[in-house]
Amino acid sequence: MPIMSIEDFSFTYASAPARSLSNINLPIQKNCITSLIGPSGCGKSTLLRSLNRMHDLYPNNEYEGKLMLLNQENDEMENILDIKKENEFIQLRQRVGMIFQKPTPFPMSIFDNVAYGLRISGIKNKTELKDRVEDALKGSALFGEVSDRMNKSAMGLSGGQQQRLCIARAVALKPELLLFDEPTSALDPISTAAIEELIVELKKDVSVAIVTHNMQQASRISDYTAFMYLGDLVEYGETEQIFLNPREKKTEDYITGRFG
Amino acid sequence: MEKLFKTVSFMSATLVMVLLASIFFSLFHTAKPAIEEYGFGFIKEKAWDEEVPIENDIAATPVKKEEPKAAVSSDDDDLASMLAGNTSDVPTKTVYGGLIPIVGTLLSTLIAMIFALPIAMGIAVFLAEIAPKQISNIVGIAIELLAAIPSIIFGMWGLFYFAPIVQSFVGGYQVSLLTAGLVLGVMILPFMAAITRDSMRTTPDVLKESAYALGATKFEVIKDIIFPYSKAGIIGSVILALGRALGETMAVAFLIGSVFSLPTSLTSPTVSIPVAMANSFGEATGMKTSALFYLAFLLFIISFAVISIAKFYFLRKDNK
Repeated sequence: MPIMSIEDFSFTYASAPARSLSNINLPIQKNCITSLIGPSGCGKSTLLRSLNRMHDLYPNNEYEGKLMLLNQENDEMENILDIKKENEFIQLRQRVGMIFQKPTPFPMSIFDNVAYGLRISGIKNKTELKDRVEDALKGSALFGEVSDRMNKSAMGLSGGQQQRLCIARAVALKPELLLFDEPTSALDPISTAAIEELIVELKKDVSVAIVTHNMQQASRISDYTAFMYLGDLVEYGETEQIFLNPREKKTEDYITGRFG
Repeated sequence: MEKLFKTVSFMSATLVMVLLASIFFSLFHTAKPAIEEYGFGFIKEKAWDEEVPIENDIAATPVKKEEPKAAVSSDDDDLASMLAGNTSDVPTKTVYGGLIPIVGTLLSTLIAMIFALPIAMGIAVFLAEIAPKQISNIVGIAIELLAAIPSIIFGMWGLFYFAPIVQSFVGGYQVSLLTAGLVLGVMILPFMAAITRDSMRTTPDVLKESAYALGATKFEVIKDIIFPYSKAGIIGSVILALGRALGETMAVAFLIGSVFSLPTSLTSPTVSIPVAMANSFGEATGMKTSALFYLAFLLFIISFAVISIAKFYFLRKDNK
């Protein structure tokens, strides 16, 4: 069952003369990891950033088609492109979290970083905050490393720790869908392995869409894979099928390293 | 050639240090008679250029002398000598104290900061985060032009157009602590706004996006992410503006009234250190010159301290 269904979706940047994405049809399955792969400039990050309406932070970008998100309360799909009001945007972004390419700890303490999303969503109760921060840190395999320095600045953590902190920060809000935009591209192999393990662990509670440049990563962790090229979705299927038995010539060329 | 180049650049760099040191020592040297005469009591002494009778070894404790009441509001040499004439049977001496210009400088700067700080932050937030790009660019250029206007123009505009408006709202004198402080505020405003905007713009987009991705509003992003991130630059801009406000002479000279009296209200005229110096050097001799240099020396110390703190903050930002 998909948590999100992308239907005839096209996207045009304000500064671009033509569409950056055209007629994408793609499901994001619930409690699964869906990876988006493709060469640079194929639009995979653009697509990912559409799913929490990140493009709305900048003026005059244009969406077409439908982005249907499952409302878990009544099991109905709702088009998130209908969202216009600021409080609806806030709700959307609490339901659909995002992790970026580089770790982005805020200039505040470790505790405050994880508590940030909770605080702005209106949670003031100190014990509740503490519990949810600790749960999120445990869920992100970071609690053991930082439990004795929760009030120290998050800037002092290593790159891998900072990225897990960012995941904890997003997980603390109990999102339904988490979007990862090349989350390990700035990290060393050991930190990368820790993050991959964590993402696989997370799919018990949350659905995941991940953009990655690293095809091994896509094949290691994801259940479904979508291959994109020049703004089009070339092929979508179960990861095993895409990597072992691609239907399209283009997909085969890309995963065998003939271009990209 | 290589050696010559090295020598020339080394000497140019040395020149800066020599200039700084020589200004410091010449100020100190000329101020020395006044420093020896009045000591630290200078900064607590209200009288300026006043004849006071010498009683009970007053030279040793000039601070505790009784003031002639009539002379409190006088900075007039004729009046002072007239008073001296009236008491000609008592030996007198002229006393100089820095309290009034020091208070005038600090208060006018304080008013300027209170006025300019919130407005400058508002402008910077608008330019860096809220305004569309075209508007931000146009207003940004206007702000930079405003910062380039010579201070004498601010002084004249302030005296002839701004002060009457202020007076019609709050009463009192046109030339006063308040009008001087407000015009000073207008002068440092663009400067503060421009530097604050620039340091707010250094906040990485991805950091802001991370906060938006957690459901933050624009206001929350500005308050929780952008301000903390650019804190060092903002504090630096405030302190540099403070340094400029402390030393500003021309605009303040037009508006503060140049009266050696402690301000009793916001709208009463007084004097500041630079204005006292600019107005009094022409006819100053002997101890008066030395006392003015003492004032200059104090201003140098205050400004130097302020700029050092600003540099300290900028340095910390670079190290981050």
